Amino acid sequence: MLHIPISRWGEPYKSMEADPVVHFATGETLAEVSRANAALVERDMRHAWRARAVLREIPIRELLQMVKKAGQLYTEAELPLGDGSQTPEQFVRMQSATTGLPEHMCRFNMTKNKFVLENMDKILDSLTRGLDLDFLTRGYGVESRGVPVSYQAQSPVLGLVLPSNSPGVHTLWLPIIPMQIGLVLKPGPQEPWTPYRMANAFIQAGVPRQAIAIYPGQGDIGAAVLNSCPKSLIFGGQATVEQYKGNPRVQAHGPGFSKIILGDDEVDNWEAYLDMMVDSIFVNSGRGCINCSGIWVSRHGRKIAEAIAERIGPVEPLPPDDPKSALAAFTVAGQAEGVWAAIETDLKEPGVHHCTERFGPRLVKRERCAYLRPVIVYCEGPDKAIAKKEYMFPFATVVECPQEQMLAKIGPTLVCSAVTRHPKFQRELADATHIDRLNIGPIPTIQLNWLQPHEGNIVDFLFRARAFQFDPKMVAI
Amino acid sequence: MSLEQRVRQARERLDAHVREIVHWHFSPETGTPFWLEKAKELPFDPLKDINSFDDLRKFPFFEDEWLRGGPVRRWVPKAYAQRPIYVFETGGTTGIPKSRIVVDDFRIDYEQFSDTLPEKYFPKGSNWLMLGPSGPRRLRLAVEHLCQYRGGICFCIDLDPRWVVKLIKKGWMEHLRAYQDHCIDQAMTILSAGHEIRCMFTTPKLLDALCKRLESENSSIEKAGITGIFCGGTEMTSQWIRFMIEEYLGPNVYIAPTYGNTLMGLAAAEMPTAEQNYKITYYAPEPRAVVQVVDFDDYDKVVPYGQTGRVLLTTLTREFFVPRFAERDEGERELPSEKYPWDGVSGVRPWRGIAAQTTVGVY
Repeated sequence: MLHIPISRWGEPYKSMEADPVVHFATGETLAEVSRANAALVERDMRHAWRARAVLREIPIRELLQMVKKAGQLYTEAELPLGDGSQTPEQFVRMQSATTGLPEHMCRFNMTKNKFVLENMDKILDSLTRGLDLDFLTRGYGVESRGVPVSYQAQSPVLGLVLPSNSPGVHTLWLPIIPMQIGLVLKPGPQEPWTPYRMANAFIQAGVPRQAIAIYPGQGDIGAAVLNSCPKSLIFGGQATVEQYKGNPRVQAHGPGFSKIILGDDEVDNWEAYLDMMVDSIFVNSGRGCINCSGIWVSRHGRKIAEAIAERIGPVEPLPPDDPKSALAAFTVAGQAEGVWAAIETDLKEPGVHHCTERFGPRLVKRERCAYLRPVIVYCEGPDKAIAKKEYMFPFATVVECPQEQMLAKIGPTLVCSAVTRHPKFQRELADATHIDRLNIGPIPTIQLNWLQPHEGNIVDFLFRARAFQFDPKMVAI
Repeated sequence: MSLEQRVRQARERLDAHVREIVHWHFSPETGTPFWLEKAKELPFDPLKDINSFDDLRKFPFFEDEWLRGGPVRRWVPKAYAQRPIYVFETGGTTGIPKSRIVVDDFRIDYEQFSDTLPEKYFPKGSNWLMLGPSGPRRLRLAVEHLCQYRGGICFCIDLDPRWVVKLIKKGWMEHLRAYQDHCIDQAMTILSAGHEIRCMFTTPKLLDALCKRLESENSSIEKAGITGIFCGGTEMTSQWIRFMIEEYLGPNVYIAPTYGNTLMGLAAAEMPTAEQNYKITYYAPEPRAVVQVVDFDDYDKVVPYGQTGRVLLTTLTREFFVPRFAERDEGERELPSEKYPWDGVSGVRPWRGIAAQTTVGVY
């Protein structure tokens, strides 16, 4: 049995307790993962300063080369894993087996991570707005225009409480090491694979092992990470987001409620945007926060909903190793049933129409997992309860709403793709503070430009711009 | 005497004790109003039909909801009607807490427990720190009594666990940390005041926090002069105790894990060791309390040794009779030992039926 130990700043530590990681379809135990205790995490944070110190000994340009190399190792090499090793194909199979994602989607996520690692220099250049990266190491510098600037790290490490259900989120923490900030990772119970594989790829590429700690465990470990790291990212549901709202130590990532808006000037051409709408809902099995869960239009709502339903309603679950498999399994017992029960309740509301019903039952139960086939719902008005919902499978509502009311009604929106040429509406969209990523034009919500910030600039989260004055006779810059 | 003989002898003592206690609680002269009333509903006569521990299966499972609300006097045996009565509470963050009356049980239980503590690490006459919950709880008085019984003076802190539970439920984690700091501040003040404290009671989370604070001040439990820790109140895992011994306490500090609550006495355990993979095995203070590990689906069936089941508690004292109470814990059934010739339980953790709802915060 493969055992994956806790990694205490690179030192393996086998706990007295371990949790099995189980294949969702066969029930086979693929590995056991050591379970950390909270006090161990908190005590280890004595060495958090060392994580940044060892990274600062390596120039950022060298770290950028290391992460590029790490991207290659991550996708191509057999890497150590616990008391064994893991090939890229084993990684794909294991990740699919425990998260329920089809294997080809796991492979795609690998290439996405590799792309980010390979282009890290451009990403950091963009996120820092062209800053000389040595300023991050030193904490200050003088720009070419002669202005002194200072960026002070707010934490020697970034804590991450990672999810089980969406391997795509790992791109968010990949830029941290090259910024000379250490990592404290709490993997999702069903997805230990990426944190361990990525950490091992970093280490094999030359990143000091003292820069990364990994603490698998239960809920108390997530709390310990948040408690002991001055800056953390956590992934969770809406309740998690609400809990940490306004907490400067924590950036909470939850549901995206991403949307597509067809403006009054373009909605009559809706058929031209059908592929874009389908992809936004359906790609990656609808599991990401950037997948579209609501299409807002002032007219043609029913026709649009029916057309999308026609395209994705018939899709059925296939084995995870089938290249055509498009639906991820729900691997947590009772979860799919709970989601479907909530949808059924919302479907009873007058003015709400289930457009995928005619393609057969949506809930498909298997021995150890369940699937939800795509659900498309047409809402006659914007105030229907289901118009505010998001689920982690291909689910979307098509909501009819007068354009002048849309921005007041759509609610928080991570990605908004607005198809309109109307300057006034474009200006209103640009001013809407409840929209995070704004796309103007027929850009799928799932199409990310990696050179742009996501849910807040991670550089701004970790570094504080502050005043800095110096006497050139005393400070050599 | 062989272990087998000792087990048999302990069982005979338990059966005799059951007869005595049932007679006490159900006889019109000494009995407990609650049980005398309950007897009218029972399809058997406790005075005639309960002759052994196994006969207790005739009773329905004890429902702790019976302990919620008054009149509390219905739990006082007639024989103790004129004695001073304590009431200890559990729960109570919202709604009416469960109450248990006590005359001397906490003294008796903790004096018995005292006999299990090694003199080397818990020296007689030494002063104690009670770093645990205060208020209407058994622990506060019981630890103080334990200390006094051993000839010491006990220093206590203020800690309201009901507020802690509220903070967690509200998600006020900053306040939770601040409250924990407040408790540790009190402990640090006591430890720094020259009171020659050698022993302490604390809970796992508070011990974590105290050790961390001491370390941040270049001190430790050992450097603070503490040689013996009596730990309880919440779940302790093998990993936790191993971490604590290896990284914070060192070889010169003894930690005595315990399992218990207001309804029972105190189940003791030997200090866990690396040789035994830091397994913590608790033994109830028979015959005053009995812990069984029973099948999750059939509480009448004790699981085989080494198997997992729910903890079923029976308390048998003259002050309090609790037959077959399904605890909110599960664990593995353990073999009798030379020191404790009856069943034990290891790996105690929240019962899977409620594990997700269990709130363990500062305390």
